[in-house]
Amino acid sequence: MTGARDHGADLIVIGGGIHGCSAALHSALRGMSVIVLEKDTVGRHASGVNAGGVRRLGRHYAEVPLSQMSMEKWYGIADFLDDDCGFQIAPQISVAETEAELAGQQARVDDLNAMGFSHEVMLSRDELRAHLPAVADHVIGGLASLKDGFAQPYQTTFAFQRKAETLGVRFFEHTAAQDVRQEGGDWVVEAGEARFRAPKLLNAAGAWAGDLAARLGEHAPVEAIAPMMIVTSRLPHFCDAVVGAAGRPLSFKQMPNGTVVLGGGRRGRADKDSNLSEMLFPELRLSAQTAAEVFPIMRGATIVRSWSGVEGRMPDDIPVIGRSARHETLFHAFGFSAHGFQLGPGVGEIMAALITTGGTNAPLAPFSIARFAEA
Amino acid sequence: MQSCDIAVIGAGPAGLAAATTAAKLGFSTVLLDEQPAPGGQIYRGVETAGADRARILGPDYARGRELAKAFRASGATYMDGALVWNISTDLMLDVSRAGASTQIAAGSLIVATGAVERPWPLPGWTLPGVTTIGALQILLKSSGVVQEDAVLAGSGPLLWLMAAQMVDADVPPRAVVETTPRANYRAALRHLPGALRGRGYLTKGLAMIRKVRRAGVKVHTGAEDLAVEGKDAAAALRFTVKGRAHRIETGSIGLHQGVVPNQQITRLLRCDHAWDASQMCFRPVLDTDGLSSVAGIYVAGDGAGIGGAKSAVLRGEAAALAIAARSGRGDAARSGAVRAALSRDAAVRPFLEALYAPAPHVTRPADDTIVCRCEEVTAGAIREAVDLGAPGPNQVKSFLRAGMGPCQGRVCGLAVSAIIAERRGESPEQTGYYRIRPPLKPIPLSELASFTPADRAAE
Repeated sequence: MTGARDHGADLIVIGGGIHGCSAALHSALRGMSVIVLEKDTVGRHASGVNAGGVRRLGRHYAEVPLSQMSMEKWYGIADFLDDDCGFQIAPQISVAETEAELAGQQARVDDLNAMGFSHEVMLSRDELRAHLPAVADHVIGGLASLKDGFAQPYQTTFAFQRKAETLGVRFFEHTAAQDVRQEGGDWVVEAGEARFRAPKLLNAAGAWAGDLAARLGEHAPVEAIAPMMIVTSRLPHFCDAVVGAAGRPLSFKQMPNGTVVLGGGRRGRADKDSNLSEMLFPELRLSAQTAAEVFPIMRGATIVRSWSGVEGRMPDDIPVIGRSARHETLFHAFGFSAHGFQLGPGVGEIMAALITTGGTNAPLAPFSIARFAEA
Repeated sequence: MQSCDIAVIGAGPAGLAAATTAAKLGFSTVLLDEQPAPGGQIYRGVETAGADRARILGPDYARGRELAKAFRASGATYMDGALVWNISTDLMLDVSRAGASTQIAAGSLIVATGAVERPWPLPGWTLPGVTTIGALQILLKSSGVVQEDAVLAGSGPLLWLMAAQMVDADVPPRAVVETTPRANYRAALRHLPGALRGRGYLTKGLAMIRKVRRAGVKVHTGAEDLAVEGKDAAAALRFTVKGRAHRIETGSIGLHQGVVPNQQITRLLRCDHAWDASQMCFRPVLDTDGLSSVAGIYVAGDGAGIGGAKSAVLRGEAAALAIAARSGRGDAARSGAVRAALSRDAAVRPFLEALYAPAPHVTRPADDTIVCRCEEVTAGAIREAVDLGAPGPNQVKSFLRAGMGPCQGRVCGLAVSAIIAERRGESPEQTGYYRIRPPLKPIPLSELASFTPADRAAE
């Protein structure tokens, strides 16, 4: 029996972050009817509040092919989504402060070249200064991916949602999946008064995806983390690249308006039950010191804003992407471990192919949820 | 690490009373305030104001001296020049003082950070030469400076108080342009009988208005469509009265539309807030003694809902007494007396709130008017974002950067929520407000780099 609050589709996506929205959009392009359930609002958590880095540089080797594929999508994102997403091509550079760090970077370039990838290149002392005139004297070189970039995270996720809606995707915000079960070959999701039914289900629930997987009988140890970002007041233009460091946590970017966004691995307090994250400023002491040491101009900067958000991290720091190991019609894309934003446009297409055709050429084996199966 | 039983933030009437009461009850008490001396906004500079300034500012101002004196004698620790720039939910305060940041752990917190002026975005309000009447009054209180030839525009008791003080300083304003809609007078009449319980306030208010008029200051009432003209600085104030256009040439304009609770700290701490339809603002949800929805966090003074200086003193005392009662050190008789006095002092409020409710044009700026001045976001851009589907202030903030500048939404927050609520056809309570993130005010990066954390956080 169906009632007014029953909704049917070909695919239900749980989670309105960039991965849920992108997979929904690509599935709709392939002719599926799609429902997206989001317990808060679209882009509320990691997808809307990350640092906006569109980065191939320094990725886990398993992620490199997916990241390359996603990068092609980024180059065409304005036409694809009818919104420029604030995307700008810019170098991503990891600076080396010691000879040992430089040697490590060279070894990485050799590995990537052997795998057939040439996007990461070494920068000499002088080449580095051509890109980063304000870098401190002690920095001896670096590793770069020159055609990476950055974008506006919320604007991007919101653009995926709006484009998906024009293709008929139905978004239900403030709709938390309370009960998820199989019934007559379909997935049935109960959320308050409403009931959703579809033959296929995608778990893109970020920090909350581990709980959902567990309810469906699969083990995925997702840890809720709260990466922290701080923003300075506007400074004179001095840096066009997104900068990290080989030897210590740093993520550094000057925005087109002159403000500088500082991140870099330090974590605040995350609570996925209350949806909240909280800044822990003592943890950011080292980030502030590192920024001022790598870019002396930062010594005079003023911090005007900070933010953090709840993100899902896997123990091995790479995501779960692919078909469930238990259910033929269940799919996962979560646990991007604070580097999923760049992958969103590409992984959404991979998921749509996998969900609609049953297969994909993308090398997903390293991302299988089965790697966490308990013996 | 420094720790205390009770931390009080803000050294205005509420904070002074709260800290004095708490210290006298035997609690280790720390009062933190950004200013160099006690008094807050209303009693700013009260300990050092000379006879002439005290005469201009009047006997209500001088009353602050007693409060400051009692506080100095109370035994509470006073941290002047202290900027509390972050508070964690376990009541660890990140404090900047004399160029260095440290942490203070508190058992309970009394937020007494008072009010801010209601945002009033109108064409040209960001031009140099345009300021708020609150800012003009700060100049007068802190340095005895009175702006010459200023035009005061807007509505509310502070507009008339400032005009009267300027008259007393022999630098009367060029004109007063009052925006109180005529309909407000009828609405307020209904509350007049109740307000007579607090007739002292009414008498004082009428005396101020009479003083300004007698001094020959030109007063325009029922003004609408206000706009500041000027290219690089304010040159004139334009407005209409009953459809007739007026224009006053001036390089100095003070704007004011009443005051609203400063929500930055209570929002940062995720206290529940409710929309007060009478005061047209958000205020934290509190019990009768000022306890918020978050354990251990109390709010006293105008930050709890606008009530004025007398009520602020009473609310400060009530909060300290309530904390004492929880540890068995309460004084039920005194608590009862404070509540009764609060009720008497509040009698005039419904009348004032009806009379000085902001005119509709105040909360509905035209599309091309800048609302967020830090990031130069217009009312029209906010309405467009809502039309695209942005469901609330935080999405508008992420999308347009409204509220992301140095003021962190302190100035524009209420205006942005009102515009979104109107566009979406919902109440401001449904629309909600910016999530407030630290630092509450800017701090130097170098200070963060040398931050001395408390042991508790460094574990």
